[in-house]
Amino acid sequence: MARAVSTRRKVMTTALAWAIGLLIFFPIYWTILTSFKTEAQAINNPPLFFGFDWTLENYSVVQERSDYMRFLWNSVIIAGGSTALGILVAVPAAWSMAFVPSRRTKDILLWMLSTKMLPAVGVLYPISLIFVEFNLLDTRIGLILVLMLINLPIIVWMLYTYFREIPGEILEAARMDGAGLREEILYVLTPMAIPGIASTVLLNVILAWNEAFWTLNLTAANAGPLTAFIASYSSPEGLFYAKLSAASTMAIAPILILGWFSQKQLVRGLTFGAVK
Amino acid sequence: MGSIVLEKVKKSFGDVTVIPPLDLQIDDGEFVVFVGPSGCGKSTLLRLIAGLEDVSGGTIRIDGRDATEIPPARRGLAMVFQSYALYPHMSVRKNIAFPLRMAKLDQAEIDRRVGAAADILNLTAYLDRRPGQLSGGQRQRVAIGRAIVREPAAFLFDEPLSNLDAALRVGMRLEISELHKRLATTMIYVTHDQVEAMTMADKIVVLQAGVIEQVGSPLELYQRPRNVFVAGFIGSPRMNLIEGAEARKHDAAAIGIRPEHLEISQTEGLWKGTVGVSEHLGSDTFFHVQTNASAQPLTARASGELALGYGSEVYLTPRPEHLHRFDENGLRIA
Repeated sequence: MARAVSTRRKVMTTALAWAIGLLIFFPIYWTILTSFKTEAQAINNPPLFFGFDWTLENYSVVQERSDYMRFLWNSVIIAGGSTALGILVAVPAAWSMAFVPSRRTKDILLWMLSTKMLPAVGVLYPISLIFVEFNLLDTRIGLILVLMLINLPIIVWMLYTYFREIPGEILEAARMDGAGLREEILYVLTPMAIPGIASTVLLNVILAWNEAFWTLNLTAANAGPLTAFIASYSSPEGLFYAKLSAASTMAIAPILILGWFSQKQLVRGLTFGAVK
Repeated sequence: MGSIVLEKVKKSFGDVTVIPPLDLQIDDGEFVVFVGPSGCGKSTLLRLIAGLEDVSGGTIRIDGRDATEIPPARRGLAMVFQSYALYPHMSVRKNIAFPLRMAKLDQAEIDRRVGAAADILNLTAYLDRRPGQLSGGQRQRVAIGRAIVREPAAFLFDEPLSNLDAALRVGMRLEISELHKRLATTMIYVTHDQVEAMTMADKIVVLQAGVIEQVGSPLELYQRPRNVFVAGFIGSPRMNLIEGAEARKHDAAAIGIRPEHLEISQTEGLWKGTVGVSEHLGSDTFFHVQTNASAQPLTARASGELALGYGSEVYLTPRPEHLHRFDENGLRIA
């Protein structure tokens, strides 16, 4: 039987949902608003939400002083590269764990996840040393490698959950029908797993795009992505809130737009396997 | 050609032996049914023949050739799964064509064979649909179509009808039997349903705990079960088994009598009893009668016309020529 929901209750839950949504969105909204103010209006107390003079000045100053496109390009390469590399490594790993599990598979999965419990700063020193040794400091390839490794457990876990949902009998049927391992993966598994792979890619791009700890610590002028771009507007220049806000808005806009257009995929990816 | 011979075939998972060494001969063109209760190893045996599981010992010969180490794709066998295992992202046409594509046949030949298979299975109208848009019976037909286009040495069926409803099951049973008569290809069929086994098989293999209890034609198994297990498993409703004093009168540890071999009389007979539940099938009626011969109620079959109320007194008499006798190890006494 369906549960009866009173109108009063509906109104209340709707209002609550909106309130929480607005609360979460408020900092982003404030940042975007501030990016269109002058520096004086930006630090006005109480903060101004209306009746200020809209200006694009901050954006032109930011663009003039630092090359936005170069940071954007670095972000694209690092997020894209680490994701592509991660998928390449994780698909065979998740495949074997899902379809030919051993007695240790569960332990390995948990162990992989446990590496995410380690605070990143705990391994900053050894990783920095390795970077120095191999001349990887401030290179895109170094960052691609680190971000790939950092996010690998999540990629493997997500793909593993997806693959587990694919009935093994279908793959066995393919084998009986004369498909070798290559055909089985190419014509049967991959087409069936595409929604899962897509949402994994998406989530991982977002994680890599927003990653700040390693990008700030391991890059300088050459390989710095957008997170480094934002950071360069915080302390060293003194506090220019309007320009910092403009930089932030420019940095988060691409990923926000990507996320907006792929919400459906993302939600499906994050809740996959939750029912059943 | 599709003869299959198993020699000392064995399977264990870790320390657990699922199938102790076993020999079996399946002749070309035979319809063989593996039957047994769930967990008896019948599906495992089929998967060993298919190559989806590796044997732990022994040899599998297909057409005289040692196939033990050959991967499933190259054994020349086709399999129909319980869950149908259709490719959900492909149309019916592409599903049926898949094994031919894998065999790298040219497109004209693929089209011809898919058309022919669709014709046999009444699927022509559905060729461009996806499996998700089909009913259970149609999906099963697609799975069969995917198997027959390859013209395999043998077909393997793994409980193909257990996901269908009762009416559809009877229909598909006939279709598969018809297909076997038409193609005359070896078929190995796994089921837990002894009615399917009896109605379809040329040869039934009864399995229990990985051991072959008896191999024979349906009527052989029915008329001369080798042991108590086969006696109880084959036949519906099951054979009445009586132990104790009544059995000792026949120099046996247990005697068995099928429901249709018990005479029912309201006036005289060997065993006196009271009627419990009666099951009316229309043509026949099965009476469950509590007698002094055994602790369990006996099942007796009568024509549909005979009406006996709950609690009425009856006499049951076994026909002596149909009495089965078993020794203390459960084996048939000749």
